[in-house]
Amino acid sequence: MGDPDATGRFGRFGGRFVPETLMPACIELDAAFRDAWADPTFRAELDALLRDYAGRPSPLTECHRLSEELGVRVLLKREDLNHTGSHKINNVLGQALLTKRMGKTRLLAETGAGQHGVATATAAALMGFDCVVYMGEVDMERQKLNVFRMRLLGAEVRPASSDSRTLKDAVNEAMRDWVATVETSHYCLGSVMGPHPYPWMVRELHRVLGDEAREQCRALLGGADPDVVVACVGGGSNAAGIFSGFADTSAELVGVEPAGGAAVGGGVPGVVHGMTSFLKQDEWGQVEEAQSISAGLDYPGVGPEHAHLADIGRARYPNVTDQEVVDAFRTLTRTEGIIPALEPAHALAWVIREAPALAGRTVLINLSGRGDKDVAQIMDLLEGEG
Amino acid sequence: MASTMETHLRTARDAGRKLLVPYLTGGLGPWTEHLRAMADAGADAVEVGIPFSDPAMDGPVIQAASEQALRGGTNPGSIFADLRGVDAGVPLVAMTYYNLVFHMGDARFAGEMVDAGFSGMILPDVPPEEQGPWRAAADPAGIDTVLLAGPITPDDRLRVVCEQSRGYVYGVNLMGITGERSSVGEASAVLARRLKAVTDKPVLMGFGVSTPEQAVEVAAAADGVIVGTAVVRRILEGESPEQLHAYIASLRAALDAG
Ligand SMILES: Cc1ncc(COP(=O)(O)O)c(C=O)c1O
Repeated sequence: MGDPDATGRFGRFGGRFVPETLMPACIELDAAFRDAWADPTFRAELDALLRDYAGRPSPLTECHRLSEELGVRVLLKREDLNHTGSHKINNVLGQALLTKRMGKTRLLAETGAGQHGVATATAAALMGFDCVVYMGEVDMERQKLNVFRMRLLGAEVRPASSDSRTLKDAVNEAMRDWVATVETSHYCLGSVMGPHPYPWMVRELHRVLGDEAREQCRALLGGADPDVVVACVGGGSNAAGIFSGFADTSAELVGVEPAGGAAVGGGVPGVVHGMTSFLKQDEWGQVEEAQSISAGLDYPGVGPEHAHLADIGRARYPNVTDQEVVDAFRTLTRTEGIIPALEPAHALAWVIREAPALAGRTVLINLSGRGDKDVAQIMDLLEGEG
Repeated sequence: MASTMETHLRTARDAGRKLLVPYLTGGLGPWTEHLRAMADAGADAVEVGIPFSDPAMDGPVIQAASEQALRGGTNPGSIFADLRGVDAGVPLVAMTYYNLVFHMGDARFAGEMVDAGFSGMILPDVPPEEQGPWRAAADPAGIDTVLLAGPITPDDRLRVVCEQSRGYVYGVNLMGITGERSSVGEASAVLARRLKAVTDKPVLMGFGVSTPEQAVEVAAAADGVIVGTAVVRRILEGESPEQLHAYIASLRAALDAG
């Protein structure tokens, strides 16, 4: 996938819509990341952390029983097996190293499902930073376990209690904190969204998972690429990571949104959280609340590069319902002995629904995280169903 | 060439007056009466917030006001409609977030603002680099776009902000979001002096100001002061237009006394 232009744009999307107070920090971050990314010492240090601390490379698993059931050859990129349980750690370790390089001492993050918050709290513990994580009140309730994990790790978790009290409000709170503390704090944004350079930087930091998957697929498939590459899309970081490994192949790219938070599928171009992208909004441009079973995808926007990929037709962004997601969650658990997070269960749900059309093809799904965090929520949901 | 609003503010300043610009959230209660009361009490211009669902630059008070106004059905169209027939006698400056403009379209939004009687616009989430499309619509329509600078804005950007800003330049007193503070501090005076050194446009300082003493302190190194949260808090607490008039008059008197 291409790099954004000097204004941080992918086609007509992206940019840098932040208060003047934050512009120096965005410019500094852009320069610092460019410099670090071109520095072999930085890359080696990050690679070592990803290998020795996060457990990379993550395996590629072929799902024999599920494949047989669906008539589709299903491969999973196992980001659930990373330290802290999701792909989020790739981005966070990179940004944490960058924070050290910029001489800052405090990490700020927003989190939805809590996976990015946990990853950030983990990196802060590892590197000795202070850490504050903002989380919507609704999400703190449904992802209690992750709130506790973050606190155990030494982070302060602060509730976002305005408007929809979910991920978008946590982003607002993190931005408000950053405006006041920008001289010492780095805002460790958790997805390919926000003002430039975040969408580009976060994609680059997740590229590792796409590059690995491509090599692993070629080894398994005798040099061939999968026919379809599928990932769930909240802000779009795990999708950007896996797409970047296959954008220049003939693989079809599919990003799956929740039906209640379909920014590409149900939004129009808008500007919020520092970027121009597809955004669910009302007739006046007020941002609408997303409604999804999965806290990590409960976001009314999407990263600008995905908006661009949709615009040019390189990727498509269908959506699935909460019920399809719960069914997919159970299917993978029972057929493969893998409990997925509710977020990647969206990708799986799409494959299951579209199985007849995908018959005989090879599909790679990015299994972005494990389901431990969701088990209590699912337990409540399935109570009585048996 | 200076616009009508800028001329109005410059003339007052050059006559030795410290400028006073209060802010209120549009659509909150009998807001046009509050607006008129503030103008009558000696405001030199009034900023009108057009509520947005995600006000990332605002603190808890203005957030609460925005949410309340939105729940009451406020939208840009209702603000424009409420203002028709209201002659506050001072320039009105809208303050909002860019998505509302982007969604309606820059040209149409600017046109509606002119029809409603606005003279200026503040878009805190649009830095100089992203001003293009809005300015292409606002400048010819005669809407002055006011830009912001903060304590850590470097000199080169400060100059760009002052060059691009019209009507006045908005100096942000402190690192942070809107809200009252017990002390505004030295950073405000330092920034005001830096701004005054590179522009002769009116320089108004805002964020954190609520008491007459603070207004005087902050206005000293600048041309005047913007008071937002303190006004909105009073409105949220149910103050009548008369009570708000008394508050603004107290700021006016303190500024006039120096
Ligand atoms: C496991 C997992 N996958 C996906 C996401 C969604 O984020 P993104 O779209 O940036 O990958 C989250 C967010 O919390 C997550 O925890």
